[in-house]
Amino acid sequence: MDSPVIQLNGVTKKYGDFTAVNGLELSVYAGEIFGLLGPNGAGKSTTILMIMGLTEPSFGVVNVCGVDSTSQPIEVKKKVGYLPEDVGFYDDLSGLDNLIYTARLNGLEYGLAKEKANELLDRVGLANDKNKKAGKYSKGMRQRLGLADVLIKNPQVIILDEPTTGIDPKGVQELLSLIKKLSTEHHITVLFSSHNLHQVQQVCDRVGIFVEGKLLAEGNVKELSQKLFTHGMFLIELGVDHSNATPLDAEGLEKLLKPIKGIQKVTASQGRFQIECSSDISSSIAKALIEAKYELNFLSKKEYGLDAIYNRYFEGGLNDE
Amino acid sequence: MNRIATKQVKPFGIMMRKEISDTVKSWKFIIMLALVLLTCMGSLYAALDDFSAAIKGGSADDDFFFLKLYTHSNGTLPSFLVFINFLGPLLGISMGFDSINTEHNKGTLSRLLAQPIYRDYILNAKFLAALAVLSYLFVALSLLVLGFGLIFIGIPPTVDELLRIIVFSLVNTIYVGFWLNLSILFSVKFRQTATSALAGISIWLFFTIFYSMIVNLIAKGLAPVRFVSESQMAEFQLFVQNLMRLNPGQLFDDICTTLLRPTVRSLGPLTTEQTIGAIPSHLPLGQSLMLVWPQLLTLIGGTLLFFVIAYTMFMRREIRSR
Repeated sequence: MDSPVIQLNGVTKKYGDFTAVNGLELSVYAGEIFGLLGPNGAGKSTTILMIMGLTEPSFGVVNVCGVDSTSQPIEVKKKVGYLPEDVGFYDDLSGLDNLIYTARLNGLEYGLAKEKANELLDRVGLANDKNKKAGKYSKGMRQRLGLADVLIKNPQVIILDEPTTGIDPKGVQELLSLIKKLSTEHHITVLFSSHNLHQVQQVCDRVGIFVEGKLLAEGNVKELSQKLFTHGMFLIELGVDHSNATPLDAEGLEKLLKPIKGIQKVTASQGRFQIECSSDISSSIAKALIEAKYELNFLSKKEYGLDAIYNRYFEGGLNDE
Repeated sequence: MNRIATKQVKPFGIMMRKEISDTVKSWKFIIMLALVLLTCMGSLYAALDDFSAAIKGGSADDDFFFLKLYTHSNGTLPSFLVFINFLGPLLGISMGFDSINTEHNKGTLSRLLAQPIYRDYILNAKFLAALAVLSYLFVALSLLVLGFGLIFIGIPPTVDELLRIIVFSLVNTIYVGFWLNLSILFSVKFRQTATSALAGISIWLFFTIFYSMIVNLIAKGLAPVRFVSESQMAEFQLFVQNLMRLNPGQLFDDICTTLLRPTVRSLGPLTTEQTIGAIPSHLPLGQSLMLVWPQLLTLIGGTLLFFVIAYTMFMRREIRSR
């Protein structure tokens, strides 16, 4: 791949004592869809604001298309289209007029602006509603209008901040396929921020997981999901009857179960043991315990889906890694 | 990118155009305009009703009967000047109180900021668009009164009068611009439009109703005993007057009275020595302006001050979506 389109070097943003973004290193390459995945308040929006030059980083350098965002935001804004979270339009102007206004702010002359706006409205599927006032648009329509609004300046990069919040599943699918199409057909680099794993997984080439201002993991979806899956796919809960044998603690149990493959973590709480493992090994565990003269009075098995693993990721469950 | 190299349209001009059309089309402006037009007509009627009695002749003031259209009233309705003094601030506040916070609340501000424009364009365009509309409005209003006066009186104004009327419209614009900037400042400061509107209106109410009461109270408390020298008395009067001048409405009143009544030669107390030997004639426009120069500069300065505060606050703020 060639040189990165968006590059952040050691970027830190502090609000007083609170560190919103901490030493972020990020590179996004031309033509790819990069997903910024993280819970609310992780610093995704702050990062985007810094990329757009709308706020200054406390430390570090942000470069977009070879231009420093902090010192030359106007140059960056000419090249980058930004769709803010929950985008708003002038309610008393029609969708078309809203687009024309944006186009003209980007230096397009009226006739050209109108032509381009019509073409884009057609592309995002709003051709029939273009003369309707933007105030009457539904949320999904507004989001699509937002996408057209971003594209009207012929951007090299588009940044979408939580573009799918508040849209129904069908609308989300349409929006996502539109984004995918744009990226492949027009070779536009896309930075896509979301807290929804499934959507990110669906469209993004590479994903960065962002928690509490730090980039925890970065890579393509396959790498990342492998990384996610190796960590505690199953949780087995055990209740052990100690009456006939020496009392057992978490460490003891771990030692005991050592021969069994796939065990990642053993903890004890409320008189029961929790064992995280990558595959279903409950029968071997039970067997090992019984052979060691322990009696089992409880055994339950939980299988984690993608979402649960992702949730644990965000709760800071990776500290032991 | 096959962008055709046409003549570049300046984004600022486009924003101005949009803001002006927004202002003119907005309901609040139409309502305020109707109110101002109605009161203007009413005061014109009140002025013309017994106009012949008002210009009986005999005093130097009567040479300028055209200007009387703006200050005279038959007593049923206040004069044009009083109405403008009263409604002007309301007009200014209504045009500015929701300028920035509405954009923010609707989520258009962050979209606008993502376009390749300088951030201050937004504030400047809002301010200048409103000011442009206001200056059109006031020139039109003054000329309207002038035109009606011409029809009813039948005598054209002199050059001096016309100039005074033009300066008067300019001062109107500045005065309303002062309140406009105050309300823009509130619209930057407060996220809720209701809060910023109320803040503006409460300051306006304070100055139109309560301020003179408070000054009177202070004056009463500080009034010197009866047996003081004339100069001490004059000093006291000046002090009270200066207190009153903290009220922008008072400044406006000072300026307009001097402009529209060319016989006014001083805004402070005059001692008998000073008036002895004065010829009862009027002042030329330049001298009238000289007399109210401090007031005028204070109004302009206040306007700029509010604008600068709003500007710094707006430029330094981090704007997130909604």
